[in-house]
Amino acid sequence: MSTEHEHDHDHHNAPPDPRVEKHLTPEQTQVLEARVKTLESLLIAKGLVTADTLARFAEIYEHDLGPMNGAKVVARAWVDPAYKQRLLADATAAIGELGFGGLQGEHMVVVENTPQVHNMVVCTLCSCYPWPVLGLPPVWYKSAPYRSRSVIDPRGVLREFGVELDESVEVRVWDSSAEIRYMVLPERPNGTEQMNEEELVKLVTRDAMIGVAKVSVRE
Amino acid sequence: MNGVHDMGGMTCFGSILREEDEPVFHAGWERQVFPLAMLALGDLGTIDEYRHAIERMDPAHYLSSSYYEHWLAALETLAVEKGVCTQEELTTGIAQIIGGRTKPPLPPEVVPVIARQGIPASRQTDRNTPRFKPGDRVRARNLNPSGHTRLPRYVRGKPGVIDSVHGTFVYPDTNAHDGGEQPQPLYSVRFDAVELWGPAAVGRDSLYIDLWEDYLENDE
Repeated sequence: MSTEHEHDHDHHNAPPDPRVEKHLTPEQTQVLEARVKTLESLLIAKGLVTADTLARFAEIYEHDLGPMNGAKVVARAWVDPAYKQRLLADATAAIGELGFGGLQGEHMVVVENTPQVHNMVVCTLCSCYPWPVLGLPPVWYKSAPYRSRSVIDPRGVLREFGVELDESVEVRVWDSSAEIRYMVLPERPNGTEQMNEEELVKLVTRDAMIGVAKVSVRE
Repeated sequence: MNGVHDMGGMTCFGSILREEDEPVFHAGWERQVFPLAMLALGDLGTIDEYRHAIERMDPAHYLSSSYYEHWLAALETLAVEKGVCTQEELTTGIAQIIGGRTKPPLPPEVVPVIARQGIPASRQTDRNTPRFKPGDRVRARNLNPSGHTRLPRYVRGKPGVIDSVHGTFVYPDTNAHDGGEQPQPLYSVRFDAVELWGPAAVGRDSLYIDLWEDYLENDE
């Protein structure tokens, strides 16, 4: 609820933005619900899909996949130098070692952030995103502002996310224009030397693996 | 197609709106349309035909509608174009043509297998030895096809350097139409930010993008 308040606060008197799904009017939602229901029932009636199979699919992506998978990959790379080497050399295979892979992660590349290099990932043409390790993308990643500006003004975009980079740092933007999917290996923050892998997993955020945030030690 | 979906480098869309603790799906209809797209594709077309169906949306509608509405619109377009449904069936919601399919629908137990195995876009072929190697100076060709392409406008005509060779991949420009997969080498190409955006860019910054061999030419 607080987000909705902040959003309204940022846009006084602005009409609801249909690009942000939660701001659809009830009427717009009803129209979309009816269209989806029609298409779904036609495809079921014609024998292309079944209701059970559709439900199972949605369930997997709503509950089983998400940034917790990517966080395990990152934490393993932080504690195990040999794993990190394999991850940077052949990410698909190394991610597969932890049991993750599949749709929209068939061809993975992991790029490493260092004090000298900051990587961030975008898909300017649509919304390509590494589902097996990060789940389905947040709305902002699929939105016109992020898709358009990340390539021309990555430092400005990063500032909006609260990341201020020195000019001496090289920014590398990865535009996912083909079927290769990218994930960022963030820097391990200072002060985590005593932490074990399980504790490190909890520090890693989705945004850090997209490359729009750094990992920090939280309370 | 030079469409509004090709938005890399535009600066007119304002700031990025974020949502704390965002749910995976914002509404029941999104939860329905997502698996429909995953499971109906194949009968409705290739991933490239699907992306192109989204790109063919009316531009004003594309910009003013949500992500999953794009998916819904593309599915409706392809369902009619592929002869799976008639426009009348979509309008009335009443199936008039049933039967004739020999292939049974997938059972739920294979869903986790598909999700885990994925649908690789790489292909083994004995031809198509990569023409370029890492370090080669190339230029993105100035192509403006009327159909689907994954060569965004902002790199066209710009010089870059081959960073790596990903392998041989299905070519979207033909696979979105009647041309088939025609797999060819795919490269990661590095462009200097200054080459793309001019002197306002920070000199050491760069952009990496995946480009098929037919998008590239030698830059001597």
